[in-house]
Amino acid sequence: MTLLEVKNLKTYFDTSKGLYKAVDGTSFDLDYGEALGLVGESGCGKTTCALSITRLLPKEGKIHGGEILLEKTDLVKLNDNEIRSRRWKDVSIIFQGSMNALNPVMKVGDQIAEAVILHEKASKKEALKRAEELFELVEMPSKRINNYPHEFSGGMKQRAMIAMALACNPKVIIGDEPTTALDVMVQAQILNLLEKLRKELKMGLILITHDLSILAETCDKIAVMYAGKIVEIGTIEDIFEKTAHPYTQRLISCFPNVGKEKILPPAIEGVPPNLLEPIKGCSFYPRCHMGIPICLEVEPESRGLGGKHFAACHRSGEVSHEQ
Amino acid sequence: MTRKMIVRKLLYAMLTILVVLVFNYILFRVLPGNPLSMMMRNPRATPETIAAVKEFYGLDQPWYLQFFTYFKHLAQGDLGISFVYKAPVADVVAQKILPTVLMVGLAEIVAIVVGIFLGIIAAWKRGTKLDVATLSFSLVTYSVPTFWLGMILVVLFSVQLKIFPTSGMFTPGKDFATTAAMLQDLFRHLALPVLTMSLVLIGQYALTMRNTLMDVLSEDYITTARAKGFRERYILKKHALPNAMLPMITIIAINIGFVVAGAIQVETIFSWPGLGRLMYEALRARDYPLLQGVFLLVTLSVVLANVLADITYSYIDPRVRN
Ligand SMILES: Nc1ncnc2c1ncn2[C@@H]1O[C@H](COP(=O)(O)OP(=O)(O)OP(=O)(O)O)[C@@H](O)[C@H]1O
Ligand code: SF4
Ligand SMILES: [Mg+2]
Repeated sequence: MTLLEVKNLKTYFDTSKGLYKAVDGTSFDLDYGEALGLVGESGCGKTTCALSITRLLPKEGKIHGGEILLEKTDLVKLNDNEIRSRRWKDVSIIFQGSMNALNPVMKVGDQIAEAVILHEKASKKEALKRAEELFELVEMPSKRINNYPHEFSGGMKQRAMIAMALACNPKVIIGDEPTTALDVMVQAQILNLLEKLRKELKMGLILITHDLSILAETCDKIAVMYAGKIVEIGTIEDIFEKTAHPYTQRLISCFPNVGKEKILPPAIEGVPPNLLEPIKGCSFYPRCHMGIPICLEVEPESRGLGGKHFAACHRSGEVSHEQ
Repeated sequence: MTRKMIVRKLLYAMLTILVVLVFNYILFRVLPGNPLSMMMRNPRATPETIAAVKEFYGLDQPWYLQFFTYFKHLAQGDLGISFVYKAPVADVVAQKILPTVLMVGLAEIVAIVVGIFLGIIAAWKRGTKLDVATLSFSLVTYSVPTFWLGMILVVLFSVQLKIFPTSGMFTPGKDFATTAAMLQDLFRHLALPVLTMSLVLIGQYALTMRNTLMDVLSEDYITTARAKGFRERYILKKHALPNAMLPMITIIAINIGFVVAGAIQVETIFSWPGLGRLMYEALRARDYPLLQGVFLLVTLSVVLANVLADITYSYIDPRVRN
């Protein structure tokens, strides 16, 4: 059984200018103990995707179609009470910029314990005991659960966040740029920790970032997102060595390899399309260096390229692999 | 907060009071006019009378001597003699403290409770009709002139409906058989001033509460709490309000400090025998010793309220504690 299957998810925002199709037909799946990296430019819909899974969208955002199957239960169809009872118990999220993700006037241990009390019906004492265990799991002294967030460094806060995310043994953890605000050393530590824990605890991990380089070491699969759609998905090898979408290729060339001279990565020229308007043909066409007339007319479908490798491009077989 | 920090705060507070005292003293000497200039306009005042009055109040001495005398007496709890009341300032002021604290204190409590409640509702239901209604109510009461509001309430409740008296603290010349009867009379007199005063104050509390709560509700830790599966009510109570109350405490403390200063306008409209009206009268009569006495009291209460706010704050906000 697959742990999580997202099928043709459509999440739109109701704005004053019309429907904004932030996520428009996204599909991917995730297995137990597997890590999926979700990558793409700012605004391509990564966070919206994550929020859709636990139905935490702001009130102008709505899921207009698709299924989110968690162990065969469609989360989209659950009522408010049902989805609430699944949050954190089944899926927990470490948010983007989570430097403020902890309540400043509440002890960190209490913030972990409250989730355990809510979902596991534990007593306060048991819950705090659990918080201590979790701190040890994320390699922090257990007595620090009595500290307030401001007494932690950025890296420690993020460890505390991970401890909190693990509180109710979730099946899936979503990390939305969990390391963006941290320096490189700490970033590596946190990513290693996440990788170790998801393997040990057999959790599914979705790691969201706009930095492809960190996914190569941490994830099993990578999904490349562009303008609300997944344009290419596959194993690390598929993505890096059998690149099948021009956008992926450009993303890869955007990050300088270790060892090579550190140069400012060239940005991909052009801007993503306006998702308020219907797009004819391929949404990447205006920025694509490989576009052909058919790309303007027909939207490329996601096609299998062997194994679990899929790409949505009319010329997916012709993308050159050297960088 | 450590004991050392509290001691340091108190020392700062004392220093503040001292500076304000000196400033007040100088201010009053610089202001034009004194009781003598008024008296001298009276054609029946003989030069002897004027000289006697001058000597009695110590106004014949050079300014620096007056200055030291003032502080010497102050240290002994002697605030001087009121020019107008011809009685010790301390006694005059003391009589007015209770009515003011009663009226303004009550109004503050009403305003804080109602204002915070309205602010929470508005932030909670933001964008709805309820929010708009609360917001309009707050803005109107916040901006309406106190005097005008008082008059409207008098016309409505005293003239039209005849439920509440228009002025004073007790019905004049009435003997009360029981304490209960007396209290009832007191509360009937309190109603309109307290209502006016709290209406004036509610807006500020409601607007501040609404804004801070809305800011807090958009913080990341609120999203985290939602992601943890908590109900909105729980999130409001356990996560949002403790954070939103922090700025409120500062505002409440500042306003509480001014409770003693009373409400010049409200006390004047309703002839409430409090410090606000006393201050107004003292100002008009250029009664320096009395004014200084009232100012001293106001300074003390404002500074004290701030110290209390700091200490309270440090108990609620762990970031301030160490
Ligand atoms: N509440 C909202 N109302 C309207 N539009 C929104 C709202 N939230 C997000 N969007 C839009 O949806 C699009 C996708 O946003 P999202 O936050 O999912 O992007 P992202 O991929 O996470 O970007 P980033 O890397 O910057 O975090 C953006 O263009 C954004 O402007
Ligand atoms: S479909 Fe055409 S325009 Fe779109 S990415 Fe492929 S080649 Fe470029
Ligand atoms: Mg994002």
